Amino acid sequence: MTQTVSREDRTERIAETMTDAAIHGRSLWRDALSRFLRNRAAVGAVIALLLVLAFVLVGPAFARFSNEEIDWALMGDVAGQGGPSLANGHYFGLDELGRDLYARTIQATGTSLTVGIIGAAVAVIIGTLYGAFAGYVGGSTDNLMMRGVDILLAVPSMFIIILLLVMFGRSFSMLFVGIGAVSWLEMSRIVRGQTLSLRNREFIEAARAAGVGTMTIILRHIVPNLMGVVVVYATLLVPQIILTESFISFLGLGVQEPATSLGALISAGAATITFGTVWQLAFPLFFFLVTIVSLFFIGDGLRDALDPKDR
Amino acid sequence: MLSYILRRLLVAIPTLLLLVVLCFLLMHAAPGSPFNSERALPPQVLANIEAKYGLDKPLPLQLWDYLVGVVTRFDFGPSFVYRDRTVNGIIAQGFPVTLTYGTISFIVAVLVGVSLGVAAALRQNTWIDYIAVGTSFSAQALPNFVMAPILVIVFTWKLGWLPGGGWNNGAWPYVVMPVIALSTSFMASIARITRSSMLEVLNSNFIRTARAKGLPARTIVWRHAMKPTMMPVVSYLGPAFVGMITGSVVIDMYFSTGGIGLFYVNSALNRDYSVMLGLTILYGALTILFNLVTDVVYAWLDPKIRY
Repeated sequence: MTQTVSREDRTERIAETMTDAAIHGRSLWRDALSRFLRNRAAVGAVIALLLVLAFVLVGPAFARFSNEEIDWALMGDVAGQGGPSLANGHYFGLDELGRDLYARTIQATGTSLTVGIIGAAVAVIIGTLYGAFAGYVGGSTDNLMMRGVDILLAVPSMFIIILLLVMFGRSFSMLFVGIGAVSWLEMSRIVRGQTLSLRNREFIEAARAAGVGTMTIILRHIVPNLMGVVVVYATLLVPQIILTESFISFLGLGVQEPATSLGALISAGAATITFGTVWQLAFPLFFFLVTIVSLFFIGDGLRDALDPKDR
Repeated sequence: MLSYILRRLLVAIPTLLLLVVLCFLLMHAAPGSPFNSERALPPQVLANIEAKYGLDKPLPLQLWDYLVGVVTRFDFGPSFVYRDRTVNGIIAQGFPVTLTYGTISFIVAVLVGVSLGVAAALRQNTWIDYIAVGTSFSAQALPNFVMAPILVIVFTWKLGWLPGGGWNNGAWPYVVMPVIALSTSFMASIARITRSSMLEVLNSNFIRTARAKGLPARTIVWRHAMKPTMMPVVSYLGPAFVGMITGSVVIDMYFSTGGIGLFYVNSALNRDYSVMLGLTILYGALTILFNLVTDVVYAWLDPKIRY
């Protein structure tokens, strides 16, 4: 008797879950999320990136020295006594001027992440609007706009950024302008291609028949439908911009003292390895690699999750 | 085919001219003059210097003179900072070096990358595949400025096998580390692209037909699968070339190879405008030229492209 009850119970529960499943349809984003969560490498990368973020946000609470303060007691013998040590509070050792490398690394990681995220955001906004406009309007406007992009893409972007930095002074804001000015190009091409395939769909035609204006159609109907592609490329753009910024800072043309970035620290560390101060290279390099690799993995995972046909 | 190449050339030439004009105007839009120094020069001296470099003429005339010099005589003018140097002299001195290790790096990246990718695709889901995928994924995060100091630590400091810098007329121990540092990340990308492209081709219908005909595996791979596999690889070569040209700046700086990269960085730090302008144009022209070559190769590979 009890057995039959429990069996009925179970059938009921199964029926319930089935109707539940039927009622709660799975949206594209929830589908993508579950696919993303099944990708172990991507989830691991998210955790690694969160740890780096925590290091930047919470790390300063544990620092015993500020990033500007010079430890006069040890600066005379950085190579001998300036190594990483828990006893004197310099967890990552000292840099070549006797400043605390732990505080400097936090500062640098923060700068690099900020440049990456803001740069990517600027590039994505400009690129998406430009590409969507060109693709939606079409005709000779589109032709002219995209020909301009082609020409700009034909020039090595790094040299244009450096040219801008040299001509208008090596400041932080100029770095953003320079990186932003070249990073949106690729994005605008991708977005335009997607827009071309969207603009003849029925819902756009319906919007146009209802008398909606061009800009409103682009912003309210085209752009939301591009979000999948945009999110994937934005994620892949962040590490690229961090790489670009680090490259320029490595050459000494980017972020200037007392500000610093991972590229600048790697450069300083690479210049002093002849004195045996390997930690000056190792710690910045570690955070650089963890950030870049995890962003690559996250971007890859997002692409697999949001763009299933690409696999 | 010939008319296609000619048409591409017709697009490349205006692009190149636009590049020159754009860089020139950017340079002259910068505030201040290259001869502004902390101690103000007497106005007569300043006027003399400006007349010597042609800076007293109106801007359109300066641009015209520069363009004529570049196009007809391939003359980029004198350096603004070093009185005994010309931009052409710097290019003649440094460019052969950059070209030498750049070409070697490019060949190494393509050969090793493609072989690694093909090997991984043919042995999909075996340890060869896993090692190839794993190393190429992490190596993508190893740009030249990360590879260079790591290589110096390992091969110069720990093992003492290779010199940590210099060029020595291209003797091989001096070339090894620049080539490895420059090619690693591109090799990794090429391997990844080749692998996924090869896997896609191997799953396509015409390969199944070739298998059904009973062709040996070797013939299938080399005669049928290789050409379509290379198409995405060839379209990546353009960006790879740009990356390598950019990377050569780091190599020249870090390994003191004496190539043009070091002059470029120094000119950027010294605000030596004419050297910077000339080298930027050279880098840009090389890129445009190379993109032209890849476009032609792509057209030759892909029967779907009509010229």
